[in-house]
Formats: sequence, C-alpha cells, structure tokens
Amino acid sequence: MDARIDSRKFKKVSRRKLLKLAPVLAVGAFAIPKLQEPLLKAGLGLSDWASARLFRSGHLATTFSDGELTPFEKFPINGYDVEDPGVDFEKWTLTVAGAVQKPGDYTLAQIQALPKTRQNTRHVCVEGWDVIGRFGGTPLSEFLKLIGADTTARFVSVECADDYYESLDMATALHPQTLLCYEMYDQPLTREHGAPVRLSIPTKVGYKQAKYLTDLKVTNVLERVGYWEDQGYSSFYGL
Amino acid sequence: MTEAVVEVESKTGEVEQAVYEHPWAVRFSHWLNSVSLLVMVASGFQIFRAFPSFGAKIPQKDLLHWPKALALGGWLGGGLQWHLTFMWIYIATGLFYLGYQVFSGNYRQVLFMPRDIRGVWPMAHYYFFFGPKPVARETYNPLQKLAYTSVLGLGVLSVLTGLAVWKPIQFSWLAWMMGGFHWARIWHFAVMWAILFFLLGHLVMVVLHGWSNFASMLTGWKKNPEYLER
Repeated sequence: MDARIDSRKFKKVSRRKLLKLAPVLAVGAFAIPKLQEPLLKAGLGLSDWASARLFRSGHLATTFSDGELTPFEKFPINGYDVEDPGVDFEKWTLTVAGAVQKPGDYTLAQIQALPKTRQNTRHVCVEGWDVIGRFGGTPLSEFLKLIGADTTARFVSVECADDYYESLDMATALHPQTLLCYEMYDQPLTREHGAPVRLSIPTKVGYKQAKYLTDLKVTNVLERVGYWEDQGYSSFYGL
Repeated sequence: MTEAVVEVESKTGEVEQAVYEHPWAVRFSHWLNSVSLLVMVASGFQIFRAFPSFGAKIPQKDLLHWPKALALGGWLGGGLQWHLTFMWIYIATGLFYLGYQVFSGNYRQVLFMPRDIRGVWPMAHYYFFFGPKPVARETYNPLQKLAYTSVLGLGVLSVLTGLAVWKPIQFSWLAWMMGGFHWARIWHFAVMWAILFFLLGHLVMVVLHGWSNFASMLTGWKKNPEYLER
C-alpha cells in the first residue's frame, strides 16, 4: 500500500495489462471478408449441432383447440416459386429409394391406409409469422415402417414437384407429430398447400415442411440439404 | 479495494494516486460483450425486418420499420447466421464474467444490495435534479450499482427469452413462463430495448466523466478516484 512507483513503470505495467485484452480483437476476424463466411458457417453449424442435441422425441409441440385455428382462407401460402406445379393426381406416386427394404412407387391410397393422425399445431415461419392449422395424415414413422426403412440411417430426404427439396434428421422424422400430410382442415390438401402429399412437422420451421412430395429417400449422406439451407439457412432449425 | 492503491509520479512531478479498479477478466468481458451485444442487436434488427410484427401473417401489422443501414447480415439468412453465431460468444462471455465475479468475490463491487437502497435517491437527485453531490465512498455509487446489476439481469433475460423464441418446444417451460411463444418474442424484443436504454445512459455517463474514467476500463487503473479524496 502506498508504494511509490514512477510513472514510466506504471505505464509499462498498464500496457502489458492492456495486451491481455488482445483476444477481444480476435472477434475482429469476423470483419475480414475472407474469414467471415467460414466463421459464420461454423457458428451456424455449432447452433445446428446443439439443436440436434437438445431435440427430444418426447417433447411434443403444443396442440390447440378447434376454436384457436387460423381460418383456412387466412393460412398463408408460401410457395417458393409456383403455387401449383401441376401435379397429375391420377399418376402421382411417392418414389421411395435409399436404405429401405421395399423401394419403389407408393400410391396415395397406400399412404392413406396407414394409421391416421389429425392435429391442430402451430406453423412457424422463419420470417417471423406463425399460424395455427389443422393437419391430417399418417405419421412419417408409420410410412418408414411400411417401406422398411433403416431408421439407424441419419436422414430422410425428399424432392418435390416444384424442384424444391428438403431433408430431415432421423430423430425428427420419427417424432410422433411428424406427418406425411394429405389433409388440411379435414379436407384433402389443396394444390397451393402442397397436394397431394406434404410434410407437416410442428417441431420445425416452415421451410422444412416441403409440399408436393414426389420422392423420398432414406440415407446417411446428403448431397444437398435443402433449398433454403443450401443458400445459408440453418440445416436443423428445430423449434 | 484499497490494497490496489499506488502513488504515481506524473511527468510534472506531481504525485497522483491510482487504483486498480477493473480486473482483467472484467475488462475482457466488458469489451467482448460490447462487440457481441452490438452484433446481436444489429442482426436481431435484420431478423425483425423480415416480418416487423409479432402476430400471424394476415392481417400483417408492421410494428416499426427499421432502417436497413442499422441491420447486420444483409438478408434474413445472413442475420440469422450472425445471431446464431454471436449468441455463443455472448453467452460464453456472460458465463465467464459471472463465474469470475462470483469466485473472485469481485461481485461486491457491482452487486446492488439492500443497504444501497437509501443511496439511490440522493444520487438520482444529484444527476437529474441538480441536488447536492453525495460523498463517493466506493468504486460505484448506489445508482451505478443499481444500473449495472439491472443490466446484468437483463443480459440473463435476453438469453432466456431468446432461448424461448429459438426453441419454444424443447424449452416449452421457458416459453410458458413468459406467457407463451408470442409473449416470449415480445419479451425478447423489450429486453433488447431495455439494454439499449441502459447503453444510452451508460454512454452519456462515460462522456461526462472523461478520459481517465474511460481509460480505466482499458488499463484497469483509475487515477485519483473521488472516493480517495479526503
């Protein structure tokens, strides 16, 4: 206490202590254009990894009463390019491939013969709006059982009639509320909402819930993740 | 805190006193947090811009349109990338800071305690209503402690509300505590404004108190602090 030191020595000490703040400058790496993209990609990857770790099959999305439903005509239609890709319902099949025992083409009747679930769940868009809709269909897990899917595989990927494509982690694919959806508000899916079959996944944001499905694949390797994901959106985006 | 007092001879030969006010861990957290906080706010505005409302899409009622110049990320996907990257830095800094304060005992410097209550009004009276200046006794006056303790609480709330917005199903209990998903989003937004309100006051005070005070958050040392004057 009260030790006298001369100002030059004091300044030297301060400077050395100042250097300890250097790691703060490390975040400046984000300002370097060449480093920014890989750093942000790594950050998003960390968030996706954590999201997958936080996901619990037993955690169910809130379900709502019929009175809380957003009226059907107010349920937004967010096609990414067309609202009706002109699917021929007569000839439509879901083409199954990948790590499954029974690959091939599955008809709507085959899907509708599986156990049916109806649920009023919230549809959350990455943009920031959300609505409550009534969705009917078969749990995707039932369909995966039907096709003899290897559920130890990592992903289920889908392709759509409008060139949209998506993929799901297997845990979410097996979640009891994840539907191969063919009804909304107790009516067959309309074309704008993804007829004849779309995904309804209340534990994911909207862009993962692809419409107008044509192909489904069970796989360990994804060549591409999804239409929006491949442009920089989160791959997992679970709620 | 007086164990860190030293006397320094300045160039003119004057003897000055200096106190080591801010340990390295505090300064480190302060500056790292100031960067990540601004990134979180700016990228948050980018995310908010995509749909400036908190309700259903139809009818859309835009709350306020935030200027693009103040948003970070360029587009919604970019804003999310920044937000979901810097949240880790923001959280890690917060945990590091809180851990340091608790284990070093340094929290006593900043934590607002019941005994500080009676000192709040005289200080506010001095700052805002030209009252007499209360005697400085420690590093932070009671009003300062109240502000710093509050903003630390807001920091914790910003993370908890953010978690509820990001994972309303996995952390449904958090969303429930906030009154549901929609309310969690509104709370998250409100907490940000509260932090910005603190920041405004903080910056005004920094400007009013001059260079030596500002430099203390860089070097840790404050020259001739008021509470040493007798």
